[in-house]
Amino acid sequence: MSALLKVSDAHVAYGKVEAVRSVSLEVADNEIVTIIGANGAGKTTLLNAIMGILPLTGLAAFAGADMAALDIEDRVAAGLSLVPEHRELFGTMNVEDNLQLGAFRIPKAIAAGSFERVYTLFPRLKERRKQLAGTLSGGEQQMLAMGRALMGAPKLLMLDEPSLGLAPIIVADIFRTIGELRAAGVSVLLVEQNAQAALKIADRAYVMELGEFVLSGPASDIATNARVAASYLGFTHEGESAI
Amino acid sequence: MNTTIMLFLLQDGITNGAIYALLGLALVLVFAVTRVILIPQGEFVTFGALSYAMLATGQVPGTARLAVAMGVVAFGLDLYAARRSLRIKLVVRSVLLNIVLPVAILALTYALAGPKTPIAVNIALSLLIVAAIGLFLYRIAFQPLAHTSVLVLLIASVGCHLALQGLGLVFFGAEGLRGPALSNAAFTVGPLRFTGQSIAVYGLTIAFIIALWLFFGFTLMGKALRATAVNRLGARLVGIRTTLSGQIAFLLASVIGAISGILIVPITTLYYDTGFLIGLKGFIAAIIGGLVSYPLTAVAALVVGSVEAFSSFYASNFKEVIVFTLILPVLVLRSLAAPAVEEEKD
Amino acid sequence: MTQRLPLIIFAIVMAVIPFIPGIPPFWIVLLDNIGLAALVAMGLVLLTGVGGLTSFGQAAFCGFGAYTTAVLTTAYGVSPWLTLPLSLLVSGIAAVLLGIVTVRLSGHYLPLGTIAWGIGLFYLFSKLEFLGRNDGISGIPPLSIGGFRMLDPGTIYFAIWIAVLLSALLTMNLLDSRTGRAIRALRRGHIAGEAFGVQTPRAKLLVFIYAAVLAGLSGWLYAHFQRAANPTPFGAHAGIEYLFIAVVGGAGYVWGAVLGAGIVVILKEILQSYLPYIFGGQSQLETIVFGILLVVLLQLAPTGVWPWLMSKLPLKPARKIPDTSLEPPGRVRAPSTPAALLQVDKARKQFGGVIAVNDVSFDVGAHEIVALIGPNGAGKSTTFNLITGVLTSTSGAISVLGNKVDNAPPQEVVKLGVSRTFQHVKLVPDMTVLENVAIGAHLRGHAGAISSMFRLDRADEARLLAEAARQIERVGLGDQIDQLAGSLSLGQQRIVEIARALCVDPLLLLLDEPAAGLRHMEKQRLAALLRQLRDGGMSVLLVEHDMGFVMDLADRIVVLDFGTKIAEGTPAAIKTNPDVIKAYLGATA
Repeated sequence: MSALLKVSDAHVAYGKVEAVRSVSLEVADNEIVTIIGANGAGKTTLLNAIMGILPLTGLAAFAGADMAALDIEDRVAAGLSLVPEHRELFGTMNVEDNLQLGAFRIPKAIAAGSFERVYTLFPRLKERRKQLAGTLSGGEQQMLAMGRALMGAPKLLMLDEPSLGLAPIIVADIFRTIGELRAAGVSVLLVEQNAQAALKIADRAYVMELGEFVLSGPASDIATNARVAASYLGFTHEGESAI
Repeated sequence: MNTTIMLFLLQDGITNGAIYALLGLALVLVFAVTRVILIPQGEFVTFGALSYAMLATGQVPGTARLAVAMGVVAFGLDLYAARRSLRIKLVVRSVLLNIVLPVAILALTYALAGPKTPIAVNIALSLLIVAAIGLFLYRIAFQPLAHTSVLVLLIASVGCHLALQGLGLVFFGAEGLRGPALSNAAFTVGPLRFTGQSIAVYGLTIAFIIALWLFFGFTLMGKALRATAVNRLGARLVGIRTTLSGQIAFLLASVIGAISGILIVPITTLYYDTGFLIGLKGFIAAIIGGLVSYPLTAVAALVVGSVEAFSSFYASNFKEVIVFTLILPVLVLRSLAAPAVEEEKD
Repeated sequence: MTQRLPLIIFAIVMAVIPFIPGIPPFWIVLLDNIGLAALVAMGLVLLTGVGGLTSFGQAAFCGFGAYTTAVLTTAYGVSPWLTLPLSLLVSGIAAVLLGIVTVRLSGHYLPLGTIAWGIGLFYLFSKLEFLGRNDGISGIPPLSIGGFRMLDPGTIYFAIWIAVLLSALLTMNLLDSRTGRAIRALRRGHIAGEAFGVQTPRAKLLVFIYAAVLAGLSGWLYAHFQRAANPTPFGAHAGIEYLFIAVVGGAGYVWGAVLGAGIVVILKEILQSYLPYIFGGQSQLETIVFGILLVVLLQLAPTGVWPWLMSKLPLKPARKIPDTSLEPPGRVRAPSTPAALLQVDKARKQFGGVIAVNDVSFDVGAHEIVALIGPNGAGKSTTFNLITGVLTSTSGAISVLGNKVDNAPPQEVVKLGVSRTFQHVKLVPDMTVLENVAIGAHLRGHAGAISSMFRLDRADEARLLAEAARQIERVGLGDQIDQLAGSLSLGQQRIVEIARALCVDPLLLLLDEPAAGLRHMEKQRLAALLRQLRDGGMSVLLVEHDMGFVMDLADRIVVLDFGTKIAEGTPAAIKTNPDVIKAYLGATA
């Protein structure tokens, strides 16, 4: 199995501060990989650098090709897509326009099929297709952001904190959908603070701390790792098991 | 007050106002998409007008050569930007756009220019020349600054204005020029005389507003431009190139500027530096429209034109003072109604 | 006083230059022009670079200064020294009038507005009979001290550069003070400053007037230097050029103004004198080249030359560690602790047709930690904004210590002892942690702009900084005290916000997602700090998504969903509340 995304010895710096240090990771075809860690560990920075929003030193290759010379738009065209932490929707445009623009690089005929696919995944969006994106609820905005990214028929979807600020009940919904993407032939790289939920759907996981990967392996192993349980699942465990 | 004079002034005001409306629309468009406050819009006006006027006398305007020179610089910048991964496809595209296109326009201008060239051809040539200049201006001056603050873009915009205005003097001289009317037809309604020229002004303004509305509301490219204006990062993440949006915005703005110039140069004599003031009046309309609303901008432009016409009649000495202070009450109103939302500035 | 050393050296160098034997007189003229431009640009540094208010109209204020002295000295024979205060006054009054209208404008209206009135004033200068219309006024008397008349460029040189150096000193003093911090916070928006009692419109007007007075001073000097005044140097192009000078030099730096003025004036001079030789006397060529150079320079150094130069020098700013043994500055309010600190009664907020907060009622008592939970968009932050006066409620009543605050501005609410942090961190990234936190103590100091400029505020200032340092220690960021806030991680920045809020010495602390971005251990430390604050008599109202953190810490929990309160109670009761589980928590994990 060849790697769809391959990052090796990547560094990302914000000014003088090195936010990501010597990180290597791989995502294979049809795989769901998660990066867990506290906010501020460098997860978002890493995703943004893979997408080309921030400069990355080291190797980042997609589908076997080095992406160093590619800008964001080229990477989108190559089949890499990011749903960013702040979703970055077109707030004053309606749901349908947002989705249509998601297929900006795709021939019209294929885009029509994408609409169907997205509306099947997120029936709520179909109901609200004439509503302005900015007036949607948080959960619906997350669905729209994912839907918009899927309209471009990506090979790899990178999700940055899809559960952020959502009610636990909506989070469950979103995660179920992420699990369904695999069936649709989309690989997923998922960055989450909600380690428990992420580990449940992922095949493999990386644990990030202060800009470095400190642990990696099959998600089931990570979930039972004592150290992870103490620093990332500990609090959540207590809270959730008490509920 | 004499009704005839009033009607006459109003007519004059609306004619000018229509031009300001066009310019105001272009300014709003460029600002929304690129965050550039387009001071050199005035130069698009003069370049369009004076190129047209010179073509009408059978000469080749210097702007055609400027377009070639700017194209060469743009090509150089393209090569420099892509120096690490020179792909043939990219180079070919850049050569076509930056070298072949302006050279073709220049060649066409030399081939067609003459004392007998039809007006329509001259108009088309002027538009092509100014459109190319607008396109390259974005590539050379603003694309490398796309990530900076509005203030830096604004200063760069002023720099472009100074440079282009200076070039205007070189190309067209200090003497003003007038161009031939688009049509010599005229008719009267009551006390008012409508010339074919003024009808063309109204018609084209309305046509442009409708065309812009259709473009932004119903085409994918138009929506992409809006998307860039609403959320730059979001647009990039779906693969809309900010540079492409910027080029289209500048292309539209330069064409609109040039058309405005061609529409007024038969009515008043234009000098190399007249464009700045005309552009600024478009600005006032755009500011009143809040830099976001197209319809409000168009209405405001009509008001600016009318106020100008009336004050040039009653207090001609203070015409400019009145027009430019017109903004103050509007600003007061805007600041009173200012929403509590906070804009993050960098 | 190591900070002063470069200034003194610079002053000595400037004083010596005219006495260098063989220095071409023309150089002195250039230096005069540089000084005049630097004065205006220095005002812009404060206004635009520091305060974030862009003005293209500064040349018009020079005009006010120049014309005031021109008219008074020629038509009425008033002594030039008497017209100095009058010139400054006229520029200042013009700034007040234009400022009241313009500075409240947000975003891009301001620069555009200034272009418009800048041009309007230019035409006014050139049309008014008593200002000599386009020809202007000539025959202005020179400055003189006793019998010494400053007739040539070499003598007025001293007047100009003394003005520049004094202005630079006063400006730097002002920036390094309580008022200066308020000004430096303006650029990041008004909400954060106002939450700590900064009167934002007043601070904006202040810098606007300050910049105009500096421009007026430059205009006054200009009139006596040229001995004539006409409209051209006060037009739109001049206004644009001044802004350009400030940006080229480095818009946030006082010395950037001087450097920028030097670069631009000399560049223009070189272009004007040499270009015609190269290109055979074509007119206006220098404008073309100047415009092009401007664009090129911006592309190479968009933040200006001064910061670029400074980064090349191995200078480190001296560490400023305040003396924390100083007694704390006065409290903001009288201590009184009734049963209910905060009462929210049927508060409602509508944005157009959307009801963001729908008749929500709850109380916060003394010594209590209350958590507000619910999904994003449930109205939690809006509720915070209603309580702190950032937004006014559509209906309902909110009172703090029995005082109604429904329509009170944020500056009044904070005086009652309510302080807050923000969901999206609102710190000034290029200010140190200490300076950022000291903004929280704004209301506990009293020094104004004038006393700061003349350094009469030092005792007051030292107490404020000491208090800020104590709060920074308290939240555990003592090691980061002199780092730039922007260089901290997001989690640490949230903690800085807490220290800033503590500087108010509040009764009620409102925390918007304080634990986001913190690691497990840090969260535990934060929880311990909050418990300690509660036990010390403070109450806390917090919004938080980390259920573990909330359940562990809060005494009571209020749950919002779609703007409506759906439950309230102890953590144990909330965990088992079926409505909360259905709307928010979901099925048990």
